[in-house]
Amino acid sequence: MQSHILSIVLFTPLAGLLVLLLIPGQNKLLIRLWANIAAALGFLVSVPLLLSFDKAKDGYQFVERADWIPSLGVQYLIGVDGISLLMVMLTTVMGFLAIFSSWTSIKDREKEYYAMFLLQQVGMVGVFISLDFLLFYTFWELVLVPMYFIIGIWGGPRKLYAAIKFFLYTLAGGVLMLLGILTLYFQYAQQFGHYTFEISELMKLSLPLGLQQWVFWAFFLGFAIKVPMFPFHTWLPDAHTEAPTAGSVILAAVLLKMGTYGFIRFSLPLLPNASADKTIVTILAVLSIIGILYGALVSLVQKDWKKLVAYSSVSHLGFCTLGIFALNQNGISGSIIQQINHGISTGMLFLVVGVIYERRHTREIKEFGGLAHVMPNYAIVFAIAMLSSAGLPLLNGFVGEFTILQGAFEANKIWAAFAVLGIIFGAAYLLWLYQRTMLGEITNEKNRGLKDLSWREWAIFLPLIIWAVTIGVYPKPYFDILEKPVAQIVHRVHQSANMPLAAGAGLSVPSVTTVAAEARVR
Amino acid sequence: MSVYYSSTDHFVLLPVILLALFACATLLFDFWLFPDARQRRFLVWFLLIGEAFAGVALWRQQSFLNDHGGTIQAFNGSLVVDGFSLYFHWIFLATTTIVGLISYRYFEVREEHHGEYYGLIMLAQCGMFFLASGNELVTIFIGLETMAVTFYILVGFLRKDKRSNEAALKYLLLGGFSSGFLAYGFSILYGISGSTKLNDIAIAVAGRDPFDPLLYLAIATILVGLFFKVSAAPFHMWTPDAYEGAPTVVTAYLSVGSKAASLALLVRLLTGALSTAHAAWEPLVIGVALLSMTVGNFAAVTQTNTKRLLAYSSINHAGYILLGLVARNSIGLEGVMIYILVYAFMNLGAFLVLTSLASKGIAGEDINDLNGLMQKSPAHALWMLVFLLSLAGIPPTAGFLGKYLIFLGLLQSGHYVLAIFAALYVAVAIYYYFRLVRAMFTQKQESDVAPTTSLGLKFALGVTGVLTLAIGVYPEPWLRFAQWSITR
Repeated sequence: MQSHILSIVLFTPLAGLLVLLLIPGQNKLLIRLWANIAAALGFLVSVPLLLSFDKAKDGYQFVERADWIPSLGVQYLIGVDGISLLMVMLTTVMGFLAIFSSWTSIKDREKEYYAMFLLQQVGMVGVFISLDFLLFYTFWELVLVPMYFIIGIWGGPRKLYAAIKFFLYTLAGGVLMLLGILTLYFQYAQQFGHYTFEISELMKLSLPLGLQQWVFWAFFLGFAIKVPMFPFHTWLPDAHTEAPTAGSVILAAVLLKMGTYGFIRFSLPLLPNASADKTIVTILAVLSIIGILYGALVSLVQKDWKKLVAYSSVSHLGFCTLGIFALNQNGISGSIIQQINHGISTGMLFLVVGVIYERRHTREIKEFGGLAHVMPNYAIVFAIAMLSSAGLPLLNGFVGEFTILQGAFEANKIWAAFAVLGIIFGAAYLLWLYQRTMLGEITNEKNRGLKDLSWREWAIFLPLIIWAVTIGVYPKPYFDILEKPVAQIVHRVHQSANMPLAAGAGLSVPSVTTVAAEARVR
Repeated sequence: MSVYYSSTDHFVLLPVILLALFACATLLFDFWLFPDARQRRFLVWFLLIGEAFAGVALWRQQSFLNDHGGTIQAFNGSLVVDGFSLYFHWIFLATTTIVGLISYRYFEVREEHHGEYYGLIMLAQCGMFFLASGNELVTIFIGLETMAVTFYILVGFLRKDKRSNEAALKYLLLGGFSSGFLAYGFSILYGISGSTKLNDIAIAVAGRDPFDPLLYLAIATILVGLFFKVSAAPFHMWTPDAYEGAPTVVTAYLSVGSKAASLALLVRLLTGALSTAHAAWEPLVIGVALLSMTVGNFAAVTQTNTKRLLAYSSINHAGYILLGLVARNSIGLEGVMIYILVYAFMNLGAFLVLTSLASKGIAGEDINDLNGLMQKSPAHALWMLVFLLSLAGIPPTAGFLGKYLIFLGLLQSGHYVLAIFAALYVAVAIYYYFRLVRAMFTQKQESDVAPTTSLGLKFALGVTGVLTLAIGVYPEPWLRFAQWSITR
């Protein structure tokens, strides 16, 4: 018997959206209230997933299967494993917090605003639970449209430019990825005589290395633009800076993860030979390292608070891709944990910027100074967010970065050396930002009367802070959930690539618990 | 029934006879019954009832084919009814009905409401019938001219409008020129085969080297003539001007009906009589397809007039459809069929929204006229968003399905470079479609003139919008219909 819990998780925001459309536009309070209720419901229905997920089981759980377009071999096929479960939880939590954080900041065209967020929620959840490639692609594209409007209608001064840039970049990557998908689909039909988009079926393909490489690059363009990896990152600062706070939060916390998730879920298992190919791995790792260092260095010189956070995303996502292409248990599970962490900490940082922007309507760093005197609570929250982003032990960022570094070290010591440099730079720009805005004397008279965090703002930050601390103190459950699926991917890549399993990598994973222990010790 | 007009002939011809009868009746009753301009909207009922009768006649053909399969030949094989032609007849029927429904309000506002309009669009539909069903050169050519001549009149239907007159003249001259090319090519085909029947021509063509100069000349001239009609670059020069000058409802009809009918003929020729000479026409079609996508996309980017923008976008779509023919496999052909169907609804829908923007004294053709449409009329703006997303090919709208099949066809036949070009042009297209979206959703409204609307407009908007979504979300029945239509 099929359980429909995943469908419920997927369509709850859509149901909320439909009800929202029935509320008359003048009734702003009701709209706001309902949007928050719908988003909270979206989170609540996803909690049972976490509770009844069996981490000892192989493969996908809560699988639902129905024919969608039989003559093209397209199915409505959804399910989660440990990796997607964490992503879904991240999405439902951040989706709710993003909507909750818009209570006072959005005063214009609220009905459309909340409708867009709910629609986006459907697309994001769909991306992470699809096990059919065309279904995945549909959700992947579906996400673009609401985000275009969120940036383009409620964004900053250059919103239209940023919105269309975001759309065009990701769409161009997306259609090339589609060609890659279609190539696999067609090859499958040639080898097995029928058409299907089912991921686990497509994994049975044995393709020559040359073709795998072509498809890999097609996927790469789709995913790398979304992540974004180094040469494709230019849409990100614009989109992040211009988007409204909640939009930036969702963009950073969830949308970027679609790219890294794509690498882990599709590129690696579907194209194992290409993914383990020396040239490709080297190129990807070098691009990641460039991203880490470049993002960090550019963050150092930013004058705009929000843009600084945006560029720090480039750096952090560089860690995530580096971890993936270390191609070992530590690297990949570290990467996934770091994706969650980045969602929490960068989400918090964007919310922190949003709080001050709502009060002062500027984000110039030099406008601020000594804010800790007038807004002590705010300074504490910002400190936690900053430290978690910088990777302080006992907070979440440390666990992810450390595990990634461990994975990178196992794969190639030079990579790890460069990546460590990125952590140092990361600490530098974040601490310097904190120093310039929070510490010292009050430099600007306008900041004197600023109100500290309201209870609502506390309510937004508190869950994130708690989450950050729990991951930092006790990351073991996360590693446990990830152990099986990641081991499967690593095994597949190494086995297909006929690479000898390096010591410490592959199926035997003693390091996972050691990392957790070390994290606790520090 | 005599040998000259058998019962089979009657069965095949009945839809056209009915349409022509109702068209002529419309012309007559216009003078007899409705001297007052305001009453003329009742003439729409002539159209609707005529289409309903024709629909019944088509349905009988459809069920005959469903039961017996194969094809129905009439007039010694000059006309055929097969899945392919029926597929197009249904598209023409739907298109003409929708165009009729959206027209009365448009012409009333312009004070150019004349009864013969409804007669003319039905006569154009008769021409289209022969283009899709014709299996003999003279029949095809007469059908083509019937359609073309009607469109010359329709494009210039706003008698008091200079632009409309100019557009009509331009379309007439260039259209006549292209018909000349086509007739020339037909005459050579006749010279080669000694017959005007496509079946005989196919045999004669198969026996020749594809690059035989005479055959090559015939193929080239026929293609030039048809590329004109489907507005593929570099034979697209008339398109922006004719689209801009013509009444918006006629532009909608021209961009959908005329294009679909000409494509029907093109597909029938290239996959039928000329299929053995594909080595000769393939490079030509590839070149024209690439050029159409390039010209269409890049010229559309700079347009400020929405009708011109959609004109260039239609050139771009012609390029995509031609690529499906290049693939020369069943997936590609299925893509062509689905694409034409989907294009009919989404493009009609987009023009329909533009139609409702026009009101007394306001052309409603500038991009700025769309400003703030979301505030003024959310229904129009949201449906327009659906149409534009579909035109761009974003899932889960119908437009994606057509592009998907064409990409797949290209990959299957090993045209990787073409597939990459076609895919990347989607990103270019989204840029100009989203200029319209930007105007509707992010700009402040400049005037508070609400869109004009009528029962017919609302109904047509609902039908095209729902279909554009439904074909995308649940494509299975439509795919089966398209597959059925191309299995012979």
